Amino acid sequence: MFGILALGVFITFRCLDFPDLTVDGSYPLGAAVFAVMIYHGFGAGWAMLAAFLAGALAGAFTGFLHTFSRIPALLSGILTMTCLYSINLRIMGRPNISLSENLGHRTIFVILRDWFPEVPEAYLRLAFLLVLIVGIKLLLDFFLGTEIGLSIRATGDNETLVESQGVNPDSMKLIGVSVSNALVAFSGAMFAQHQGFVDVNMGIGMVVSGLASVIVGEVLMRGKTIFVMTLQVIVGSIVYRLATAVALNWGYNIGFKPYDLKLFTGLIVIIILSYPAVQERFSRRARTKQNG
Amino acid sequence: MDNRENKVMLQLENVNKYFFRYTQDEQWAVRNLNLKISEGQFVTVVGSNGAGKTTLLNLISGSYLPDSGKIMINGEDVTNLPAYRRAPYIGRVFQNTFQGTAPSLTIEENLSLAYLKGKRKGLRPAINDEVKKFFQEKLADVGLGLEKRLRERVGLLSGGQRQALALVMATFGHPKILLLDEHTANLDPKTGEKIMELTNKLIEENTLTALMVTHNLQSALSFGDRTLMMDEGEIVLDLVGEERKKMTIEELLERFSELRHKKFTEDRALLSS
Repeated sequence: MFGILALGVFITFRCLDFPDLTVDGSYPLGAAVFAVMIYHGFGAGWAMLAAFLAGALAGAFTGFLHTFSRIPALLSGILTMTCLYSINLRIMGRPNISLSENLGHRTIFVILRDWFPEVPEAYLRLAFLLVLIVGIKLLLDFFLGTEIGLSIRATGDNETLVESQGVNPDSMKLIGVSVSNALVAFSGAMFAQHQGFVDVNMGIGMVVSGLASVIVGEVLMRGKTIFVMTLQVIVGSIVYRLATAVALNWGYNIGFKPYDLKLFTGLIVIIILSYPAVQERFSRRARTKQNG
Repeated sequence: MDNRENKVMLQLENVNKYFFRYTQDEQWAVRNLNLKISEGQFVTVVGSNGAGKTTLLNLISGSYLPDSGKIMINGEDVTNLPAYRRAPYIGRVFQNTFQGTAPSLTIEENLSLAYLKGKRKGLRPAINDEVKKFFQEKLADVGLGLEKRLRERVGLLSGGQRQALALVMATFGHPKILLLDEHTANLDPKTGEKIMELTNKLIEENTLTALMVTHNLQSALSFGDRTLMMDEGEIVLDLVGEERKKMTIEELLERFSELRHKKFTEDRALLSS
């Protein structure tokens, strides 16, 4: 589930080199749109599709701010995220919504349970999510290998080149950020179904945890092909989630509270990102010592 | 001369380009420039630093838009087309060996990008066996063994190899005009020579129209069939035919100081002469 989110973050951060903070807003957006669609009697499939599209729209807005209005990428994301906070509240009508079978809300998990009544629900959820993430990974691998996908990756790598090859880098950014946020919103919708509720604040810190997953994956596995890179992201997000679950359990015993989690996520990302610079500084100091 | 040479491929009419216009730092980088290049001509451009050579290329490629004047490629007015819209007509290789390729993509992905130039992009896989074979043939012609390394990332190649790849990419799809911006300047002399040979070969084989900026006066005179000398945003010397054949570097420098009443200041050019 978070793997999907991490794949979205991967597109912007790694392929497009576009630090996109829209994620914190598009994640609850997906959940909100999903919940409201369900409340209005649409099926789970339609609701998830709507969430996906809403995310794409949010991404396109950020992309538009950046490419048309020439607002820096970070600020574009923050602006969209801020706007989305109000929009999400508008969509939901109140700060949180619960999804309950008793109210006739048939989430994808309820539907699945009815299809396979003999399988225990926990396993069913796990199996479904695994199939889903592998499917999305393969689709994304395919997409990034297509003509458009290739142009998107090249845009993050060398914009001048892309331009001289007759591709408008702005369109590629727009597409990339849209696809990314569509995935993020989709993952928000999945999470809403898993948890059975939607909260307007559920998106806080999602960019950082997505980024943490991407980075953890890169540390754990080597390889630069698209197939391996998306796999890294998924493995990274699973390891990251396991680590936070363990940390929450263990941390509770030594006096940390769940609300400390985001602090630690942030710290982990900071440590990993600073590592190369710190290492360089130390090795330089060691060298000067040797020479002196 | 065959009659192909009569068709004008590139034409600049009274082109002006200012930098920092209407400020104290205003620079008149290209001044009332007129230039006609016929199809199949290989033009070399020399000039001191700040003479406007690179600005000229940027104006042709659309990286800069002119403040006034008109630019036509193959009879079509492209003056106000953004770079990516003009790209199908233009192949370009840069001085910086990282600029002509995408370093974190593989060789085949880079080639594919160039191969798709000017075509509508869709959701088809960018690489298939057919184009792969085509790429291998093209790279085999270059003779650097790159055809066996299609799946390697370009960032791992040497500067010379990257430049060779950039050249192959720039000549894909027979561009109307090939722009070379000191593309051998960042290479060691031996590699630079090889790339220059390759350049010449590709231009001749594909009968391309080319415009090459260079710091090396020797290669400016020995390659191509026309040489322009620029100074302060103007073309001060335009050499073709017999006059150009007899020209030596010394004479060229002399002509320059006669014309402009100053010395040709370019350390690199003097060193390489």
